[in-house]
Amino acid sequence: MPVFRYGFLLRNLIVRDFKIRYRNMSLGVFWSLLNPLVMMGVLTFIFTKVFPSPSIKNFGVFVLCGLVPYNFFAVAWVSGTTSLLNNAALVKRVRLPREAVPVSVVLANGIHFLIQIGLLLAFVLGAGYGVNPHWLWLPLIFGLEVVFVCGLSLASSAMDVFFRDVRYIVESTNTVLFWLVPIFYSFAIIPEQYKTVYQFNPVAAVVMACRLILLENRQPPFSILWKLTLVSTVALLIGLAVFRRSKRRFADYL
Amino acid sequence: MASAIEFRHVSKIYYRHHTRRFFHRYLMERMRRVPREPFYALRDVSFELEEGGSLAVVGPNGAGKSTLLSLIAGLSFPDEGQVEVRGRVAGLLELGSGFHPDLTGRENLVVYASLLGLSRKELRDRFDEIVEFSGIGDFLDEPLRTYSAGMILRLAFSVAIHVDADIMLFDEILAVGDQAFQAACLDKIRELRRKGCTFVCVSHSSELLKRLCTRGIWLEGGQVVRDGPVAEVIEAYQLSLVAHAHSAGTGRG
Repeated sequence: MPVFRYGFLLRNLIVRDFKIRYRNMSLGVFWSLLNPLVMMGVLTFIFTKVFPSPSIKNFGVFVLCGLVPYNFFAVAWVSGTTSLLNNAALVKRVRLPREAVPVSVVLANGIHFLIQIGLLLAFVLGAGYGVNPHWLWLPLIFGLEVVFVCGLSLASSAMDVFFRDVRYIVESTNTVLFWLVPIFYSFAIIPEQYKTVYQFNPVAAVVMACRLILLENRQPPFSILWKLTLVSTVALLIGLAVFRRSKRRFADYL
Repeated sequence: MASAIEFRHVSKIYYRHHTRRFFHRYLMERMRRVPREPFYALRDVSFELEEGGSLAVVGPNGAGKSTLLSLIAGLSFPDEGQVEVRGRVAGLLELGSGFHPDLTGRENLVVYASLLGLSRKELRDRFDEIVEFSGIGDFLDEPLRTYSAGMILRLAFSVAIHVDADIMLFDEILAVGDQAFQAACLDKIRELRRKGCTFVCVSHSSELLKRLCTRGIWLEGGQVVRDGPVAEVIEAYQLSLVAHAHSAGTGRG
């Protein structure tokens, strides 16, 4: 199938997913903004009033730097995982490049991610941090996160067809990750011996890089960048391989 | 003439406990502790359909008709034997698969056309034709949930016949259309057949099949009972139904 055709299909599936989500809702896309804002408010209250962490300035913006990449990761991965089951009629009855199903769902979440990134940048500027040349790294870093989630979702959606438990494993992993990604604490307070492990967690790496760039006006270290690139690429390749291996049997199990 | 579809000793096997499949069960199966109960959805099916041919598939529920279509469409794959299909396949295997009730007819049309493999340019060139053939008219910008089954069929069918497929598959859906639309479909199908398009239809409406197809295959229990001219096969199948009903009736009495 020619690439441009695949592109047209992918584009249509993304738009479809996006439209379905927000049709018949009065607030529409604003839900995309409301969710991180509410979380930001709650976490800021807890960590400035209940458990104050005086070392962190501008806690609201600080926490939003963690929430936006994490939110995208968690929501996109779950919806990617269940995408084949949710579109069972399509996968079973229409001949299409089946990879397009989880990938389009993740990319549709990418639109929300973009909106939330816009929100994040607005807060960053509003808090008085200026624009700096390191911002140019942001597209690469966020792009790698999208690649990573695509890879994970390809693998997990394929497995979810055969074992419906996968969805719950993914959801539990996300709950655990909320604590293991430095969302409401800073990378600096993590004990030295665990720091390397954190760098191999792409979501944590994205959050760290994001804070360095936006809040500290610093170039993200290459150690983070190459680890992020490595893990995302490997995840994508493994995801594609797992998917390719099992997609012939999808129609028999859906 | 070259054959468009060729089945050589094709079997499709399902295993009975697919529904209660857990990881430990999967591991046990892998280690062959649990004997798997095979169920043959198709067993040793062989036939050949030439380019431009039109095949009607009849048989009771669960005979393997839909399995046969999904093998032709390349949606599932045989466990034994070979399936060879030459050309681009477009199938209407279920009414409205790929359609979403909250999207408008127009939006669904675009998505569906790209699902069936139309490029942006091809769709732009054919859009008006598709809409006109469907006869949806003013409803095009209404959400699909306001459509009747017949209107959804019109939209889906209209897209499917405009993708320039070499092989078209229909699973029991044309029956929802009204007389006028069925007549339009028949005309269109005859026109496409003259251009060399191959058709495979599954239906319980023998009238429709006799008008659409020249060849018939009667499936039962996953096996080919009879293969031949459509009228003969349908007649034989219906006779068996009558005989079956009769024996069931006397058996009860």
